[in-house]
Amino acid sequence: MREGEYTMNLSRKWLNEFVQVSASDQEFAEAMTLSGSKVETTADLGAEISNVVAGRISSMERHPNSDHMWVCQVDVGQEEPVQICTGAWNIHPGDMVPVALHRATLPGGVKITKGKLRGQMSNGMLCSLKELGLDERDFPYAVIRAAALLNDYHPIDPERPSVSPDIRAGDCVHGPALAAQVLEVTGRGGDFLVTLSLGDSQVQTVTDCANLHPGDLAVYHTKTGRVCTLMDLRAEQREFPHCIEDGIFVLQEEGVRPGDDIRPVINADDHVVEFEITPNRPDCLSVIGLAREAAATFGVPCQLHTPQVKGGAPGVLTELLDVETPDADLVPRYTARMVRNVKIAPSPKWMRERLRSMGVRPINNIVDITNYVMLEYGQPMHAFDYRYVNGGKIIVRRAAEGEELTTLDGNVRRLNHNHLVIADETRAVGLAGIMGGMNSEIVADTTDVVFESACFDGPCIRKGALALGMRTDASAKNEKGLDPMNTLPAVQRACELVELLGAGEVVDGVIDILNHVPEPTVLKLEPDKINALLGTCISEEEMTAILEKLDFRVEGGLVTVPSWRGDVKYMADLAEEVARFHGYNNIPSTLMKGQTTLGGRSPAQLLERRLGRLCRSAGYNEIITYSFTSPASYDKLRWPPEDPRRNSFQILNPLGEDTSIMRTTLLSSLLEILARNWNLRNPAARLYEIGRIYLPGGEQGLAVESRVLGLGAYGEEMDFFALKGAVETILEDLRVERPRFTPCGDNPSYHPGRCAQVWSGEDCLGVFGQIHPLCARSFGADGPLYCAELSFEALERARGPEPEYVPLPKFPAVDRDICVVCDETVAVGALEDCIRAAGGGLLKHAALFDIYRGDGVPQGKKSVAFSLTLRSEERSLTAAEADETVAAVLAALEAELGAVLR
Amino acid sequence: MKAQIEAIRAAALEEISQAGQTGELDAVRVRYLGRKGRLTALLKQMGGLSPEERPVMGQIANQARQSLEQAIETRAAQLAGQALERQLEREAVDVTIPGKKRPVGRRHPMYQALDELTDIFVSLGFTVLDGPEIELAELNFDRLNAGEDHPSRDWSDTFYFDRDSRVMLRSQTSPMQVRAMDSMELPIRIVAPGRVYRKDEADATHSPMFHQMEGMVIDKGITMADLKGTLNLAIRKLYGQRTVTRFRPHHFPFTEPSCEMDVQCHKCGGAGCPTCKGEGWIEVLGAGVIHPRVLEMAGIDPEVYSGWAFGMGLERMAMRQFKIADLRLIFENDVRFLEQF
Repeated sequence: MREGEYTMNLSRKWLNEFVQVSASDQEFAEAMTLSGSKVETTADLGAEISNVVAGRISSMERHPNSDHMWVCQVDVGQEEPVQICTGAWNIHPGDMVPVALHRATLPGGVKITKGKLRGQMSNGMLCSLKELGLDERDFPYAVIRAAALLNDYHPIDPERPSVSPDIRAGDCVHGPALAAQVLEVTGRGGDFLVTLSLGDSQVQTVTDCANLHPGDLAVYHTKTGRVCTLMDLRAEQREFPHCIEDGIFVLQEEGVRPGDDIRPVINADDHVVEFEITPNRPDCLSVIGLAREAAATFGVPCQLHTPQVKGGAPGVLTELLDVETPDADLVPRYTARMVRNVKIAPSPKWMRERLRSMGVRPINNIVDITNYVMLEYGQPMHAFDYRYVNGGKIIVRRAAEGEELTTLDGNVRRLNHNHLVIADETRAVGLAGIMGGMNSEIVADTTDVVFESACFDGPCIRKGALALGMRTDASAKNEKGLDPMNTLPAVQRACELVELLGAGEVVDGVIDILNHVPEPTVLKLEPDKINALLGTCISEEEMTAILEKLDFRVEGGLVTVPSWRGDVKYMADLAEEVARFHGYNNIPSTLMKGQTTLGGRSPAQLLERRLGRLCRSAGYNEIITYSFTSPASYDKLRWPPEDPRRNSFQILNPLGEDTSIMRTTLLSSLLEILARNWNLRNPAARLYEIGRIYLPGGEQGLAVESRVLGLGAYGEEMDFFALKGAVETILEDLRVERPRFTPCGDNPSYHPGRCAQVWSGEDCLGVFGQIHPLCARSFGADGPLYCAELSFEALERARGPEPEYVPLPKFPAVDRDICVVCDETVAVGALEDCIRAAGGGLLKHAALFDIYRGDGVPQGKKSVAFSLTLRSEERSLTAAEADETVAAVLAALEAELGAVLR
Repeated sequence: MKAQIEAIRAAALEEISQAGQTGELDAVRVRYLGRKGRLTALLKQMGGLSPEERPVMGQIANQARQSLEQAIETRAAQLAGQALERQLEREAVDVTIPGKKRPVGRRHPMYQALDELTDIFVSLGFTVLDGPEIELAELNFDRLNAGEDHPSRDWSDTFYFDRDSRVMLRSQTSPMQVRAMDSMELPIRIVAPGRVYRKDEADATHSPMFHQMEGMVIDKGITMADLKGTLNLAIRKLYGQRTVTRFRPHHFPFTEPSCEMDVQCHKCGGAGCPTCKGEGWIEVLGAGVIHPRVLEMAGIDPEVYSGWAFGMGLERMAMRQFKIADLRLIFENDVRFLEQF
């Protein structure tokens, strides 16, 4: 089972606007999870912040032992002010600032304690935005500008300073820029009125530079009448190391008093819950959607709000804007309204906080409104600048083949007929449901805005976004098919917010094109069937109550499904709704009744288990290797280019070349793992896998998935015969009758002199032996590796019958040893076959026990010794009878193989 | 003569008790009881006795002979016992010297978890099925109610072998549900373990190939309560009788109602700890009542038959069982890892 999932952050403050739930985060998470909205994490935004309060700077003096620090007396609502040292230059007496007191904690695990800074007591720390985990987007007013102060001048080359160290007020710094002594500074709502001395005269000027204090030596530009910044002087930051555009966060919030906890002031008192939303519930990718679930979960009412728009902006909407949807099937609904006389500005703090708590970056009032509505209603909105809608006409159409559009992220997108664009009469201005176009972006001087709130064809958006490799919040929502009934309330809400924020004037009227609005789904309420499916006895009343809590209408045995619940189509879907709120854990746990089934494993599955046990008892560890491999592995195996085994299933969209084809051999997998262990310097390895190979030619274009038993080993105790012994043990356990081993000199992956094929009758069971050194080396091992590849299916066929009892021998056996000398080229197997054939019925067993070369045996010959066991079922053999058989064996050996008695 | 017999007997007994070896004892026997032995020689003189004396003396002599034979036997047993004791002493070994090992291979931990689970379901009458890994998208998706536009059909998620997205590497073992419905007689109870493939780069928790076990039951009158009962039974057989479970609503296209099953964290008992990532619960499987569309597509009348199905990831189970921290270890096959299980 698998399913794509989406996450959604929910601010509990925002949620509480619709549903009053006072449960702790943990209780909330548990209850929502059990009713079907799985909570991944909960976060207390202020968890890391403690003992940080608002404080007012009552006075400040320069630090006696530092050229850049200040010693401040700060009113933190206690009887006495606290003394705090700071290196920041942007504060002034009277400023309200965040104060981290002794034993305060800050985001990132920072702990503040009191201590002495260059001999002066500091009882805490004044905080910057960053130290509170914020940035300028959260508090746009907190941007800090800095003047160049000559008392902070540090020449790059001390030998050749640009400004004389004994410069005084009135002296020329550069052209019309004069040194100016700061006499007085008064704050004026973010700006500062400063009185400067130019030596023999005084001037007053207003500046936004926050780092001026009486006694500082600033630079005054006599032509512009302004205090100079570093940029004005074309100075480098390192020349004025403390004149930086950073510093303490000076609060401009209303109603904050010294000693107030800072967390509510910066919205760090909110709690954010992260949900995992399943793809069948796009409605829950919104605050309202989750509010409905929360209301039903906690049995409290959900108070939704109907947006009210005053309107009244000049102009008539139908004259200003015309919308066409030539591809009506891809645009079930398109709703739009217009706003004029827009004043682009930062949105208010409460809105920025809401956005930020849900993980969205505030930008400006209009863009923030669209994001706010998307989060609240789950309806993606787009705002574009009306002046760039040529002809006042919006056409929602398929893109032309090769049409280009630069999207808001600055990328040029090359489109095709499968993409849907928002266009004017001449060009595309946005990628429908995915991202707006750069050419109609809301900018600082935008005055007229069109809000689009539309419902597009989900699959079309999904494929379009996928083809461009750009998945946005909007496309993620649109691709699942949105509730067409949601476009109108969403655009109304956006306009209401425009009026609330004073961001512009809304034009009366709505453009609303309804191409396809589905009929509501109506299902029969069948309590018996629902109970039969769930194994419960839930009353019809309870079912009705549950469904009604979720805004389903239940009337006369019929259930009308709300428009946002496109996932509910069958009785089983209603059963799930009932089960969710009845509680999955209140459904009984029963054992299945009905006909019993035998069950069990197939003979092949049992054989697979048996083979595994055998391999393990032979000392081989089981491995699991990837079924896919690299085409290059066939070269490493030294397979010739025309080898038919190179014909593999190819993955068209692999993760990489290394995993791009389905293996047709287990050998490359074994060698890869052996080499890996070799390179890990593991002294020995004995490994096995019963794995599949994937050969072309299956039914319906599928593969023939054959299984192979692979063994792979190296180490001190490994040689050809150790491996062969393991193979023989397996064959013996399976009662394979008379397996034959033939030399195999032409398998390019194996040592030509140490490789064998194993046969049962005419059926080749597999191949094994030492890996060809070149092949081993290509896999990265420079020592002998041993592998076996046995066909599972062939082993299955070769398996001997179940054993049947044979009476134990009644008469004793006679043992005779023979030792013959033969050419090196004569195989022991051939000698054995010859002995067996010549021995007749009395020869029960012939076993090799020695092979000798050296003294007494001529060069090029070997001496081979066998132990023969002779027995008759009818009588005790006489010595003469035994001798006769041995003589026949020796005669045959000599005649057929030139092997003579030693 | 009687005194003579007694003297020989005493002397012989003395020698028997002095004999320190089996050989010496044999010599004593020959010296007294042999054909030319002293007691034998004495007995030969009995012919000279009167007929009255002869039986009396004969009896005495025989008694003497018997007592000597018995003494020799006793002494022989004693000596043999001592000899054996000495031998055993000589044969003593240092038992702390390591034994002669026969290497034993290990079952891969993933398969150990799989075996245990399969055995449980076999004991409940489930048939174990194998099926193709290179699968038709029709079976992996369409027949499981995941239509053309289902996101997991994307080429970014699933491996395909043809441009038409017809043949793919199965992304779940669920197509085995369809294969079972198409090929088996009702009622059906199956489990189908096997490899599945998803387009995920390998990391500590992801792998492009991993294993799942699918399970399915179809019969008349099957309910969600049966799903809970059977899975509770299986999980308790696996993790112990006292395992606490819970079921949470979830979504799969081919089941309705759908759920996920959690077990209470064995480490913290539900309080929340690093093992359960603070949640108190550990997700073990996904399940649900088979969607009526899925039954219909297989030609099974959902008005008559119903069923349930489950799917679970086996690597995750093995990793939990053996406390394996990184999924990559499972496929790395380092012998130092393999030999731990």
